[in-house]
Amino acid sequence: MDILTWTYIIVGITFALYIVIAIVTRADTTKEFYVAGSSVSPLANGMATAADWMSAASFISMAGLISFMGYDGSVYLMGWTGGYVLLALLLAPYLRKFGKFTVPDFVGDRYYSQVARMVAVVAALFVSFTYVAGQMRGVGIVFSRFLEVDINTGVIIGMVIVLFYAVLGGMKGITYTQVAQYCVLIFAYMVPAIFISLQITGNPIPQLGFGAQTSDGIYLLDKLDGLLLELGFTAYTVGSKSTIDIFFITAALMVGTAGLPHVIVRFFTVPKVRDARKSAGYALIFIAILYTTAPALGAFGIYNMIQTVNKAPTNALPAWVDNWSKTGLISIDDRNGDGIVQYHASAEINELKIDKDIMVLANPEIAQLPNWVIALVAAGGLAAALSTAAGLLLVISSAISHDLLKKGIAPNITEKNELIAARLAAVGAVVVAGYFGIHPPGFVAEVVAFAFGLAASSFFPIIIMGIFSKRMNKEGAVAGMVAGLAFTLSYIIYFKFISPESNTPENWWLGISPEGIGTLGMLINFIISIIISRFTPAPPSEVQELVENIRIPKGAGEAGGVH
Amino acid sequence: MTTKSMKLYWKKNLQYLAILLSIWFLASFGMGILFVDQLNVYKMGGFKLGFWFAQQGSIYVFVILIFVYVYLMNRLDKSFEVEEI
Repeated sequence: MDILTWTYIIVGITFALYIVIAIVTRADTTKEFYVAGSSVSPLANGMATAADWMSAASFISMAGLISFMGYDGSVYLMGWTGGYVLLALLLAPYLRKFGKFTVPDFVGDRYYSQVARMVAVVAALFVSFTYVAGQMRGVGIVFSRFLEVDINTGVIIGMVIVLFYAVLGGMKGITYTQVAQYCVLIFAYMVPAIFISLQITGNPIPQLGFGAQTSDGIYLLDKLDGLLLELGFTAYTVGSKSTIDIFFITAALMVGTAGLPHVIVRFFTVPKVRDARKSAGYALIFIAILYTTAPALGAFGIYNMIQTVNKAPTNALPAWVDNWSKTGLISIDDRNGDGIVQYHASAEINELKIDKDIMVLANPEIAQLPNWVIALVAAGGLAAALSTAAGLLLVISSAISHDLLKKGIAPNITEKNELIAARLAAVGAVVVAGYFGIHPPGFVAEVVAFAFGLAASSFFPIIIMGIFSKRMNKEGAVAGMVAGLAFTLSYIIYFKFISPESNTPENWWLGISPEGIGTLGMLINFIISIIISRFTPAPPSEVQELVENIRIPKGAGEAGGVH
Repeated sequence: MTTKSMKLYWKKNLQYLAILLSIWFLASFGMGILFVDQLNVYKMGGFKLGFWFAQQGSIYVFVILIFVYVYLMNRLDKSFEVEEI
């Protein structure tokens, strides 16, 4: 059977599976819609969190990104996993004990302030919308590459599927589809990785093959260092970014991860505090499987690329190069007309252009795997994009129906009407996300990377202080949030939009790039909020009691029911 | 739960956090970033040690840390009788 038929069959089966799960697990109450009735097992929640977290970018782009960055790519590996330690130790158990439905819920109650709640709603909506637009675009791109349909048609098909299970099932439906999506995506990622590792190093475990010898007895990484130096690049295992920048970017990604509302809210769905702790551990295991494989794939990818394409005659290139030149992801321009492809760091000599996404997408073909594996990669990419999109849409819909309506302008709304409002908000959010997927504003890609900086400089410090400092009051929290956000936003806007030509290390403050500035924003938030809170009245005694209460696990079951 | 035992429970919790987060910092920011060049002198199989921590080792340490935390806290909850039934 050809690739296209296989892709239709496998993608069709996975979509049918998601729809069946959605029908079986539909939500009947707001508690089921927002937090799946707090009845998800820690293991299932771990898988769902992993799928929720790993987006189209993790699945399709990350390995390729690391291919071209080498050691510098470590910022993504450490940054997007280390945040789970912070989540598990500093946030998840306490927020679970608090036992409400959303992040703005916690901010509003802990800081006894509608202003703080609304700032949190706006921040949650902003972060989630920028993120979700990228996911819908990802769905469209996978469709267009593998199913040969128009990108826009792909976005619309994706919208209909997400609409179906997010609107019908709410958090409950999303959770169990995410479990299925995790299984699809990890299988699709690991099968080609194992075969490629076998091919290059003879070791079936990519994490070990990464440090093993190639057929000529030389270690893969040593060989790669040598090849890249020869071609004018820096060595693979040594970075070119400054240490301070690596440090700050890694910290911003870690802290940002721990501050993202769609990740935090997953820990509201388990029954007990100890389940929240354990489930963060499971989530990180499931994420680590992909995140420890990605750097291996990155190294295999760039090694393979140099070995098979560099210095190859232009009339005898491997078949996958021809196949993928049609998509524009790889292009060869024999400028000096010698009939040989040259890959080089210098733009003047280089004749080969490669898009980073090809390292994952073309892998099965490079490794000459059967057609059904290629189809599987398509289904995996779709699973990664859809699962993240659904989690974000739920944050958006609950921010509107719960925080804005129920806790804001319409406190007397009935349970039934709130559920209808939540569903309508989900429909609205899907339509907006789809619109941005079809008409992507130029700045989406830029902004998604900065969603982390913004989450790091706004949510993370005030949630931490809300738990670990009884003295922290609303004045401190609001001032800290505003200061952290304003600082981070203006640094990013200056270097990315006002004066992009000056976005070079010499002009950066302390040598910190806009990607890493969220770390400094976070520190500013902490400092400002502590100072302001010392000069303003302590929080009321019932709030101090609330803090005492969330610090001990006992009684979480009941707290979840009180609403 | 009395105020006194509540205070003790919280103090113990903060101690665990301080120890575990120090290891977290050391495994990633320490071994993978600040001391990466010094560690890269040593090799483990085909890996330079600092590079290995940055792209593999730190992630394994993170996973272990969370499960150690789960174990320690469950034990602490039991000894202070604040665990959920």
